Amino acid sequence: MSWLKRGEMRLAGHGLRCVRGGREVFAGLDFAAVSGEALAVMGRNGSGKTSLLRLIAGLLVPAGGTIALDGGVGELTLAEQCHYLGHRDALKPALSVEENLAFWADFLGGERFEAAESLAKVGLDHATHLPAAFLSAGQRRRLSLARLLTVRRPVWLLDEPTTALDVAGQDMFGGLMREHLSRGGMIVAATHAPLGIESRELRIGDTA
Amino acid sequence: MTALSALILRDIRIALRVGGGALIGVLFFLTVVVLMPFAVGPDLALLSRLGPAILWLGALLASLLTLDRLFMADHEDGSLDLITMGRMPLELACAAKALAHWLAAGLPLIVATPLLGLLLNLDMVATGAVALTLLAGTPALTFTGMIGAALAVTLHRGGLLMAVLVLPLSIPVLIFGVAASQAVIVGPMTFGAPFSILCALSLVSFVIGPFAAAASLRHGLD
Repeated sequence: MSWLKRGEMRLAGHGLRCVRGGREVFAGLDFAAVSGEALAVMGRNGSGKTSLLRLIAGLLVPAGGTIALDGGVGELTLAEQCHYLGHRDALKPALSVEENLAFWADFLGGERFEAAESLAKVGLDHATHLPAAFLSAGQRRRLSLARLLTVRRPVWLLDEPTTALDVAGQDMFGGLMREHLSRGGMIVAATHAPLGIESRELRIGDTA
Repeated sequence: MTALSALILRDIRIALRVGGGALIGVLFFLTVVVLMPFAVGPDLALLSRLGPAILWLGALLASLLTLDRLFMADHEDGSLDLITMGRMPLELACAAKALAHWLAAGLPLIVATPLLGLLLNLDMVATGAVALTLLAGTPALTFTGMIGAALAVTLHRGGLLMAVLVLPLSIPVLIFGVAASQAVIVGPMTFGAPFSILCALSLVSFVIGPFAAAASLRHGLD
């Protein structure tokens, strides 16, 4: 873990304002997370949980405020140190499980871990040659999780990560998150259900 | 494998798999050109005079046929988010995707041209000239069409909008492509002048296309 040795990291946003489709989703939002900490973003539907994650990932441009990662790799942007796991799984149905994972590992670059090992951890090692078109929703989610394990990045941005996972899958995922945190990573997760790990709560949109 | 070659290989692989776009373009090209003699009639002299124009029109429409999905497919399954977040500049990723599309969907058209030339009563030299102009000109179609494909994602509209946006941009390519082929077949113009302009159009599109497409995608971030 090259980024572990760089000391403690801190991801912080100040006075964030998000406008989508001419409507203000939230304003004056502050948050902070440090290495080894999970932040559970809670709020009703439409309160801007996904928007916050997309702001951090650089997929939305904030209408105001700043986001910064202190103590990360200096030459990389924040987005390049984040994993974004959204509603959509970023999988190609025509490619096999193995090919999908290998592509993202090659494309995302950086420090790489054994793909076969990641697939075993998420319980997909029996299906490596199966085209992704034949996977169930839960299996697709597991394959997306394998991407987070194969390419190591310090910040995980997870949008409703446990949807589609069965009970055993949620346990497995809890273990993976704990492992990530113990290595000094951080997690920002938008969620309704409890994450299954110790986390700090960030409520947004309650004042609106 | 580098990120660049990984992206190009992935797109080619998807295009060649079942349900991919590569074969559809060639089949469409084949259909258009095969239908044409039935419409025009059995006048061989007329057919060989119209031949280059028919081949060029067929190739133009065939190469645009699958182009609107260039970014839309990645947008729909979330891949575009990760590509945008990646270390590779978005411009380079756009260029890689366009190159992959041309290799999978444009190159087969050129390979099919000699066969279709037979149906249009074109001799070896004329067929060769058309194939050469297609080789020089179809990259320009793909790289300018990419701008329309990116706008289709930004504006959440595919299909027809793409054709309306992109077809006017392809007029110069069509004019000089057909002109260069006709120069070889009937003269008296030289082949060199229109062919050079065709090559120039391709080179310009290599520069403008990726930047315009990336700008459009960034603007449409949502």
